[in-house]
Amino acid sequence: MGEIAVAKETGAQPGAVEVDFRAIDDLIFTRFNGDKENIIMILQALNKEYNWLPEPVLNYVSTRLDIPLSQMYGVATFYSMFSLEPRGRHLICLCTGTACHVRGGQIIKERLEAHLGIKPGKTTEDMRFTFETVRCIGCCSIGPVAKIDEKVYSRTNSAAILKALEGYT
Amino acid sequence: MKIRSKDDLDKIRSKVHDSLYSPPCLKINVGMATCGIATGAQDTYNKALEIFEKEGVSVAKTGCMGFCEQEPLVDILAPGKPRIVYRHVTEDKIQEVVESYQKGEYPKKSILGQMKDPRSVLEDDIENPLRGAVPINGIPFLEEIPFFSKQLKIALRNCGYIDPDNIEEYIGRGGYFSLFRCLNEMEPEETIASIKESGLRGRGGAGFPTGIKWEACRKAEGEKRYVMCNADEGDPGAYMDRSVLEGDPYSVLEGMVIGAYAIGSNDGFIYVRHEYPLAVVRLVETIKQAEAYGLLGSNILGTGFDFNIKISTGAGAFVCGESTALMRSLEGKVGRPRAKYIRSVEKGYRDSPSTLNNVETWANVPPIISKGAQWYASLGTEKSKGTKVFSLVGKVRNTGLVEVAMGASLRTIIFDIGGGIPRKREFKAVQTGGPSGGCIPEDYLDTPVDYEHLAKLGAIMGSGGMIVMDRDTCMVDLARYFLEFLQEESCGQCVPCREGIKRLLEILTDICAGKGKEGDIELLEALSDTVVKTSLCALGGTAPNPVLSTLKYFRNEYEAHIYDKKCPAGVCKELFYYEIDEEKCNGCHICFLRCPQKAISGEKKKPHTIDQEKCIKCSICYQSCKVDAIAIR
Ligand SMILES: Cc1cc2nc3c(=O)[nH]c(=O)nc-3n(C[C@H](O)[C@H](O)[C@H](O)COP(=O)(O)O)c2cc1C
Ligand code: SF4
Ligand code: FES
Repeated sequence: MGEIAVAKETGAQPGAVEVDFRAIDDLIFTRFNGDKENIIMILQALNKEYNWLPEPVLNYVSTRLDIPLSQMYGVATFYSMFSLEPRGRHLICLCTGTACHVRGGQIIKERLEAHLGIKPGKTTEDMRFTFETVRCIGCCSIGPVAKIDEKVYSRTNSAAILKALEGYT
Repeated sequence: MKIRSKDDLDKIRSKVHDSLYSPPCLKINVGMATCGIATGAQDTYNKALEIFEKEGVSVAKTGCMGFCEQEPLVDILAPGKPRIVYRHVTEDKIQEVVESYQKGEYPKKSILGQMKDPRSVLEDDIENPLRGAVPINGIPFLEEIPFFSKQLKIALRNCGYIDPDNIEEYIGRGGYFSLFRCLNEMEPEETIASIKESGLRGRGGAGFPTGIKWEACRKAEGEKRYVMCNADEGDPGAYMDRSVLEGDPYSVLEGMVIGAYAIGSNDGFIYVRHEYPLAVVRLVETIKQAEAYGLLGSNILGTGFDFNIKISTGAGAFVCGESTALMRSLEGKVGRPRAKYIRSVEKGYRDSPSTLNNVETWANVPPIISKGAQWYASLGTEKSKGTKVFSLVGKVRNTGLVEVAMGASLRTIIFDIGGGIPRKREFKAVQTGGPSGGCIPEDYLDTPVDYEHLAKLGAIMGSGGMIVMDRDTCMVDLARYFLEFLQEESCGQCVPCREGIKRLLEILTDICAGKGKEGDIELLEALSDTVVKTSLCALGGTAPNPVLSTLKYFRNEYEAHIYDKKCPAGVCKELFYYEIDEEKCNGCHICFLRCPQKAISGEKKKPHTIDQEKCIKCSICYQSCKVDAIAIR
């Protein structure tokens, strides 16, 4: 799961983010009782807050919870929802689960790749979209499905998704 | 209010009876699980509130009834009137639907059916609330339409019938009487004996007998014991756990408290995947309410028994559904499975005795206690008791969640309940068990579905995903698809899985790209054998199943790819091209209009042609042709 590539990826503009260390403190100690076992949930909250996990954030959490940075990287790279690179303003999440796959999900994927000019897991240069694939969001009966930010598009096709993208700036 | 006695439960039950079954005025239930919301149910709900609330109509949300194909589903009831379920009720249709109901007009095309008897399996002690209602002529009973008539709902008993955020409605449907009975009238050992006798087996995939697991955990040495619910539901194409959590979360909670009591545990976890945000929201509410009613937390039902539940969300790793990986993930670690010779029931979470069961398994527990082990054991087949929920998806008409007694045939599920394949196409195969499962061809459609029979066919029950495929699915590509999934999800700690899956995938990718060569099939088989025998956990151990089962039943398709360099299903792009059959083409022009490459030319009413140079094989023309004139060559 790509652990080796991490060091390089986290080099992405570390100085560009503003980190509110006090808020991180509150999160760790008030919401999660300063319990190391909650590290995954803490990172989930931070990933949501920042839209990715900037290096200073990881560093800080590592020090405060006394978890070696290497172990934190292990966790942050093992679980696919964490991003060690900045992500775009909108998240396109295309389901490539089996039910969506047999209903043409693959074709939507190819057309999205061509349209956005990026592969899944990547962000467009203008930071407008991050394109990710997910293996099932539990809407298999109304597939193929894609999620743009929080909205689910069901029984969709490539033309409809490309059209929908226009609404996200 | 803290519930302390059976009387308290009875009081709530009779209090909510009316709002559930005979509301003082019109009531609109909108199915609002994630699937319903994705098809527009939230807008329908909002609109209904906006228009009708001021008239005194009550608008409520429920979970999903299972017939997702027809969503958004709206269920309308009023005193003395028939109870009707409407389909495809989007925002723009709700007003018309409700007004016609009020006028006593029942437009057939928007009606799924009228209810005959809304009671759950736990309510045979009350009379059918609809016994007095006069049925409407010409409208089928919901319970008699093919999708529902062969189902038996135990785990899904309340989905679509209650407001999942209202604990009183759960009690109104006979909920929490089982817990009351356990804590007050049954010893923990008796509870375990009952679950053992029922024959309940784990619904998360492996089918391990639940009672035996509980007993081993109770007997294991340790100061603290833990009880957990596996709601990681990683099998793509299966969503029954989501539906239960979103439609009837209390059934899982009640099951877990019963399990905790039987095992002797005071702390539990629900591990939910983060892809299910609504399920998490509903669970949090559920836990809060259960605590407020004294049905969770300390001194449950006044008996002195304490049990707390914490929710933990997965972070997107399929392997964390595996029991030992899940427990490590709960400890805040990387979710790598552990060798099985150390048993989780002895040393699981924090090295303490731990019991992990699947969502559906837990939801089955309260009915077993209420209705008795004998009753449960009378359903199903010799070794697979009770019912199983399947998610019937893919190329099938009635997609949705169906719950049938074990032993129903694949044909019953796919053709009677599922209505067969859309567009009059032929059935090709059904994939069961997700990435660890296999593909079953037409010849075996009469196989009764239970743990043993599916395993015999080289597939598995798994968590209950049933993905139906027609001629448009290439079996080699499907095997490649699953291996690609598993390669991404392998935790990587053992070589056979990490490297073996990768090699298998490379071979399959080559075959799909037209670079297959003689000996590939044999190599796939030999490699599979090694991966199966030497992987540490079941992810690797079952990873070759999709390859082996497609090789078993669709070997000719592999051969066509390797030797003829053809993909008969028209999926592997290097191995086919589209051509318009002049005899069949009626020149309707639709492909011309839809082709994104402008590769199709032809005048209206005359046969069209495809420019192979421009064609990207996106399949849009193939999918849209009404007369099947686009041929795969
Ligand atoms: C790779 C892998 C993934 C699994 N994913 C799940 C899952 O998502 N949900 C689940 O309930 N069980 C899953 N299981 C099965 C669990 O390991 C375990 O058997 C099950 O949760 C036990 O509960 P049960 O006895 O009630 O089925 C998975 C197993 C493996 C090997
Ligand atoms: S079989 Fe695969 S997933 Fe399981 S422990 Fe080994 S490498 Fe990890
Ligand atoms: S397979 Fe796409 S939502 Fe389940």
